[in-house]
Amino acid sequence: MSATETEAPPIAGLGPAMATVESPAPARRTLGVGSPKSKTRRRAWYRWVSPLVLLVIWQLTHVFKLIDPNKLPPPSMVVTTAYNLAVHPIPAFGSLQAALLASVERFAMGFAAGGAIAVLLALSAGLSRIGDAAIDPLAQMIRMLPLFGLVPVFIVWFGIGQLPKVILVGLAAAVPLYLNLYAGIRSIDGRLYELGRVLGLTRKERLLNIVLPGAMPQALVGLRQSLGTAWLALVVAEQVNASTGLGAMIDQAENFLRNDVIFVALAVYTLLGLLTDAIVRAIERRAMAWRTDLVAA
Amino acid sequence: MSVTLDDANFSSTGSSVEAVRVRGLTRTFGNIGSRPGRGVLDNLDLTVKGGEIVALIGRSGSGKSTLLRILAGLDSGASGEFTVPGRVSVAFQDARLLLWKRVRENVALGLRGEDRLQIAELALAEVGLSDHLRAWPLTLSGGEAQRVALARALVREPELLLLDEPFGALDAITRLTMHQLVLELWARHRPAILLVTHDVDEALALADRVVLLADGRIAYEEHISLTRPRHHDHPDLVGKRNRLLAELGVYSKGAVH
Repeated sequence: MSATETEAPPIAGLGPAMATVESPAPARRTLGVGSPKSKTRRRAWYRWVSPLVLLVIWQLTHVFKLIDPNKLPPPSMVVTTAYNLAVHPIPAFGSLQAALLASVERFAMGFAAGGAIAVLLALSAGLSRIGDAAIDPLAQMIRMLPLFGLVPVFIVWFGIGQLPKVILVGLAAAVPLYLNLYAGIRSIDGRLYELGRVLGLTRKERLLNIVLPGAMPQALVGLRQSLGTAWLALVVAEQVNASTGLGAMIDQAENFLRNDVIFVALAVYTLLGLLTDAIVRAIERRAMAWRTDLVAA
Repeated sequence: MSVTLDDANFSSTGSSVEAVRVRGLTRTFGNIGSRPGRGVLDNLDLTVKGGEIVALIGRSGSGKSTLLRILAGLDSGASGEFTVPGRVSVAFQDARLLLWKRVRENVALGLRGEDRLQIAELALAEVGLSDHLRAWPLTLSGGEAQRVALARALVREPELLLLDEPFGALDAITRLTMHQLVLELWARHRPAILLVTHDVDEALALADRVVLLADGRIAYEEHISLTRPRHHDHPDLVGKRNRLLAELGVYSKGAVH
């Protein structure tokens, strides 16, 4: 949950670009657009090898009867169970779709609320001295708070319904997003604000042209982190007294000693996490196009 | 401090009108007792006529960049008086492009109105970058980036163009090309130009007047009436160069006279 991970180095690399000798650039650029994409595609293909090998080994533990499938159900069994849960649901677990929907709904509500609050607070703290003094100390304290230690407190405060779960997800989403967006705004080169003054930009123009795009790389790092922590918070929240959702399914499966069902729920959580991460990376590729061109050159 | 922004002075392109008028400008940083800090301006007077190119030279800390920043409105801690025209543009030593905006959008930044992009395209054509409109700044060379910065400064039709060592980071050959470009642009638009530079040759190549700052005051002035472009080993320039270098303390004065 550490928010100090720096995946996006803020605007390095002006150096090498500046060093290139002036030359007819269009040729250089066409070269740049074509080659990196095919390179990325090739790398993407390679990246599937090790997970697939792991799946095969996992399946082989079952084929050679090395591990009891009740302890570690093989992938084939997980897939079959998932299919049965979806197509022939039994009352004990409910249908996979219903569980998925309940979980996604909780996640979406928590993430939307937490994300919106984080953005508002980070903008207030990042853009005004008063906002900074008022908000940032509190945010830095909340950051250190062990989130899951709040679960029993939340039960006392908010009961065992939807609310404590949504709040937990919201908090988990808000903290890394706030920290990174705030840091992103703070790290913007002061010389760009000078430029804004020289060009006579209004407050709004400055926000849209300098602050937000300048903070974007770090904000996207924050977004990916907050997705990770928010999914984690959802899993924890749902195992505390939930009657619907993937967490409730895990809870039931525990009672019935159905490890395969637990694995299905875990797999779905994982896929959801990967999916949201892929969405952010797609946004990243689009919003960071100005930088990928550099990687190409 | 009284600052007069002379908005009524829009059409002051004739050489008789003053573009910049500085009187008794004083700027001190972090005074320690009675000793002023570095980069001070000390009761400075300076006038730049409309369409005139004035080069400000001086050692580091002589106050030349401070003066430029005050005139650009980036430093409000000075006392004294100055007048600048309504339209002032600045180009910095670093091109200061927004890396996340394409070249054309960088130039159009801060422009208003429907035709802002077309205006930006015209300016980019003037600096010879018509085929880079959609390029990202990180794909540009140093000289190209600085040309974009010039286009961005010119696109607002400034009456006063402030250049803060804009070619300092460029290689020698690119710098000479940029000098040509600045002179062409100046000939076409006739803004008054205040150029801060370390480079005596640059000052001699471009300026009508070279002003040498030392300790926040004008220590020496040199008028150059040669037509441009100038050949840098023109006998007049050789003499003026030696004199300026001597004033800067590079040569001993005795050796020159």
